[in-house]
Amino acid sequence: MDPLLEYLNALIYLGIAALIGVAMLLLGALLGPKRPGRTKLAAYESGNEPMGYAKRFPAHFYAVGMLFILFDVEVAFLWPYAVNAGKLGLAGFAAALLFTLVLLLGLFFEWRKGVMKWDR
Amino acid sequence: MLWQLFVTAVKALVLILALLFTFAYITWIMRRGLARFQVRLGPNRVGPAGLLQPIADAVKAIFKEDLTVARADRVLYWLAPLIAFTFALAAFAVIPVGPDGWVVANLDMGVLYVFAVSELAVYGIFLAGWASGSKYPLMGGLRSIAALVGYELALGMAILPVVLMAGSLNLQDIVAWQQTHGYFILWQFPAFLVYFVASLAEMSRTPFDFAEAEQELVAGFHTEYASMKFVSFYIAELLHWITGSALIATLFLGGWAAPFGLPQIPVLWLFLKWAIFIFLVLWIWASWFRTRYDQMIRFAWGVLLPAATVWFLITAYYVAKGGAL
Repeated sequence: MDPLLEYLNALIYLGIAALIGVAMLLLGALLGPKRPGRTKLAAYESGNEPMGYAKRFPAHFYAVGMLFILFDVEVAFLWPYAVNAGKLGLAGFAAALLFTLVLLLGLFFEWRKGVMKWDR
Repeated sequence: MLWQLFVTAVKALVLILALLFTFAYITWIMRRGLARFQVRLGPNRVGPAGLLQPIADAVKAIFKEDLTVARADRVLYWLAPLIAFTFALAAFAVIPVGPDGWVVANLDMGVLYVFAVSELAVYGIFLAGWASGSKYPLMGGLRSIAALVGYELALGMAILPVVLMAGSLNLQDIVAWQQTHGYFILWQFPAFLVYFVASLAEMSRTPFDFAEAEQELVAGFHTEYASMKFVSFYIAELLHWITGSALIATLFLGGWAAPFGLPQIPVLWLFLKWAIFIFLVLWIWASWFRTRYDQMIRFAWGVLLPAATVWFLITAYYVAKGGAL
């Protein structure tokens, strides 16, 4: 079969999965009882009146997120190398080694900068 | 052409329904299994040995009141369970359960597709935490993501050696390679260890199940979800367990291929290998404790990622020398 057609197959699969998901959510929304109340609709805060703003979080999570984006993109560069490593031979390996060492160096630097220190 | 698309649609539907059925009974296996580990009986009232329990649970969930929290961001609040559900199902599309034709989408970059959709599934968790407009879900969601992304990296790094040796991202090719050269669990044992540990985090199972560390976070990112919206998250979570186990079986244990020259029966062998990992995860779940989440994140970045990288370099050298060909 045409290799590109396989992507269409994946898309069809995703479409059917999403349709079943929508059907499930709608079924739940339509069949359940509807008796909302002020306390029932309030955010759960261990039984207390909800207070304050619930959209703020420590900047630390941003650092971890950014670190992930960087490393994930760098690992993504290794995928094409991995498929062709046999053909590229030792010259290709030298390039991959250099690339990976830079990656590890970056990780070491971030570590020393204290990105993984959560108790500060 | 149209006929092919129709065949695909039927295959997809059968696979999805099979996965949902597996989910229903994995809840039963999980509850009965964990009960056995803790010397209790577990659900045994509905039907023989409690076998109708999943159906009773489903009926109950459908007729529950579907709440939308007052302060929630409505669009995202509804979108989050849908994303989680769809992309949890998505990964299985490329896992072959038999020879040619026994897979919904035989993608040339199947492994990459698996990683793409499993990273998209993270959006479901984050949006759920963000859109609920409540503090416990926000903290639970953030914790889940901060940890998941680290283990996602280790997972990607641990799979690279397998791709190096098989020389392909296609899962059918990886299975075929293992048939001629022997299973990757023997060739790539360190990669297997890293992959398995990272998978545990990916499935958010013990020792990394702090997304639902109920003493600190109530129910994590789905605290404010009820009815079928909650069920969507629950299905997604267990599907990660189901798909993750099938993926380990395919990558490291030969997939659908029969071991020891036994007759090739399409679904059976993958199912048996899959069951090994399902049980292994359940066993760890029943016997281990939950780690602290900052320790867990540090473990992903400081131990698993460097270890996987070093092993990747060793394998790359071996392959570059012409060893795997």
